[in-house]
Amino acid sequence: MEILVCVKRVPDTAENEIEVNSDGTDIERDDLVYSVNEWDNYAVEEAIQIKDNVGGSVTVVSVGDEESEEVVRREMAMGADNGILLSDDAFEGSDGKGIATLLKAAVEKGKYDLILTGAQADDGAAQVGGMLAAMLDLPYASLVNKVEMVDDKKIKVGREIEGGNQEMNEIDLPCVLSIQTGINEPRYVGIRGIRKVASVEIPVHGAGDLGVGADAVGAAGAKVKCLDYYVPELGEGAEMLEGSTDEIVEKLIELLKAKGGLK
Amino acid sequence: MAGQIFAYIGYKDGVPDDSALELVAAAKKIADAPVNALVVGSGVDAVCSEVASSYQEVWKIDSDALAYPNAEMIRKALLNILPQDCILLVPHDTFGMDLAPGLSIKLDSAFVPDAVDFEGLDGDTLKVVRQEYGGAVSTHVNCDISAGAVINVRPGAFQADESKAAGGSVVDKSGDAGDMSAGRRYLEIVEAEVGDVDITKEDVLVSIGRGIEDEDNLEIADDLAEAMGAVVSCSRPIVDAKWLEKSRQVGTSGQTVKPKVYLACGISGSFQHLGGLKGNPFVVAINKNPKAPIFQVADVGIEADILDFLPELTDAINEQ
Ligand SMILES: Cc1cc2nc3c(=O)[nH]c(=O)nc-3n(C[C@H](O)[C@H](O)[C@H](O)COP(=O)(O)OP(=O)(O)OC[C@H]3O[C@@H](n4cnc5c(N)ncnc54)[C@H](O)[C@@H]3O)c2cc1C
Ligand SMILES: Nc1ncnc2c1ncn2[C@@H]1O[C@H](COP(=O)(O)O)[C@@H](O)[C@H]1O
Repeated sequence: MEILVCVKRVPDTAENEIEVNSDGTDIERDDLVYSVNEWDNYAVEEAIQIKDNVGGSVTVVSVGDEESEEVVRREMAMGADNGILLSDDAFEGSDGKGIATLLKAAVEKGKYDLILTGAQADDGAAQVGGMLAAMLDLPYASLVNKVEMVDDKKIKVGREIEGGNQEMNEIDLPCVLSIQTGINEPRYVGIRGIRKVASVEIPVHGAGDLGVGADAVGAAGAKVKCLDYYVPELGEGAEMLEGSTDEIVEKLIELLKAKGGLK
Repeated sequence: MAGQIFAYIGYKDGVPDDSALELVAAAKKIADAPVNALVVGSGVDAVCSEVASSYQEVWKIDSDALAYPNAEMIRKALLNILPQDCILLVPHDTFGMDLAPGLSIKLDSAFVPDAVDFEGLDGDTLKVVRQEYGGAVSTHVNCDISAGAVINVRPGAFQADESKAAGGSVVDKSGDAGDMSAGRRYLEIVEAEVGDVDITKEDVLVSIGRGIEDEDNLEIADDLAEAMGAVVSCSRPIVDAKWLEKSRQVGTSGQTVKPKVYLACGISGSFQHLGGLKGNPFVVAINKNPKAPIFQVADVGIEADILDFLPELTDAINEQ
């Protein structure tokens, strides 16, 4: 099985407090710790497990600036065989459709049986996987939390739906799946793994290599454009308990008693 | 002015989802124009009549082939009936995520995911409010709707419009649906496993999130829950890490709980998590980040490291 996994470099929300920058044009990017999008890590792990199971190869691809090379390399340290970076000034400002257009071009440069994305990335869009599938005219399943091999024509996938129930489907290959967290336990990547792939050449493709028109991607092709970032004025918000820990604990116990929170 | 506005109606067992009336309100914030509903499935008459009073027209596609809502089949059917320049609102739920992005490509229209508000239409430019980074920041996006738009709307973001002032008629479009063959075929639903405790029946929940940091620290939450006479629940990452059973997860893809008191410990407050918290409980949030979105919805907030604070609280309760 030849598998392509789309991965995005994102600010690590577990490591950073995300704040708006001084002129409200972006989040504050100074001193941010970046990592691979949580969902994509599960997708890469799933791809590696499928490869280990039935053979084939895993390629990871990312659209981003040169810094994104680091996440491609990290996923290669996990066990992906190949990495590709799609990078060009012309890609900047792409909306979801622009990103999907670039990934489509990358898919068409290879030959893949299975294309995986994460269910969603940092902006919580959950759009690129479904768009990519539609552009490629391939079957698609979102929020996949189980993949079972059937034969070389089809696979079985579970989709996570409301209430934690699972919707089982049969889906023809090739297809696109967006992977939900929890599907597996992504393996740990140690320093040694990173070192092993430190000098692997990662090809970079720009607009020309991919054969995409500059007006189809980037800010020029975007129908959806971000204007500003802000933190909304809140209605009431929480009453913050202040004071020493002892005082806070005491106040909280009073409140819990009053609300029936202590038995 | 842009095309006609449509709302995709989600439903379960013949009953429209709450989003059915929320989308009426959402549409009104885009333009003061009549809105049509789309009801797709098998045996949908009850759903159609339920929403008819809220929409100008209810377009239905009723087909045995759609006994289960297969997004690929429904996409094909919608392409045959929708005007290409329409503005289609879809609930941002597990079905909407499956259907809408691909549909926008096939309609060649703009797509906006997870909209939480609209701030007006200026010519062909619709100003939409979204959230990023789990609600830590909000953002305005401009969407060019000149060639139509598909917009996923966050469930619960708009107050349901109960006015039922449209008095719509049902229009049967089933004959126009066309070929609905698909590369993905529905097999069955596997129900979520039932766990050792039923958090949906508990009055007091000590709920832990990624802030608990390590599996060994779960003890801290267990001790507090025991002292309070409460039960431990959690956010999704705790279940993904296999530290607690799925049946303890609160949220849209977990359980819907209705406690009296909810202690959110090291939980940021994503909408998928809060989507499972109903019944207006007294919410106490404990988080080391004073800007965590959970503080926007909590009644009482404490800025603290839960690894220090929870044991202090447990000791104080036990001493009483
Ligand atoms: C389709 C879909 C369905 C989903 N369904 C659900 C669902 O049902 N339930 C659910 O919960 N999520 C769900 N999610 C995931 C959701 O989007 C969030 O990723 C998740 O809720 C985040 O969990 P969290 O708040 O524990 O972690 P985070 O967002 O990482 O927040 C951790 C918080 O802990 C704080 N913290 C860290 N360390 C400490 C400390 N020592 N002391 C105090 N505070 C600390 C941090 O400041 C932060 O605010 C779903 C996502 C998708 C895409
Ligand atoms: N810049 C990118 N490069 C590669 N893959 C991406 C990129 N942006 C999004 N994706 C993929 O699309 C998935 C969904 O992202 P989104 O639609 O932005 O929420 C991610 O989990 C990735 O797999």
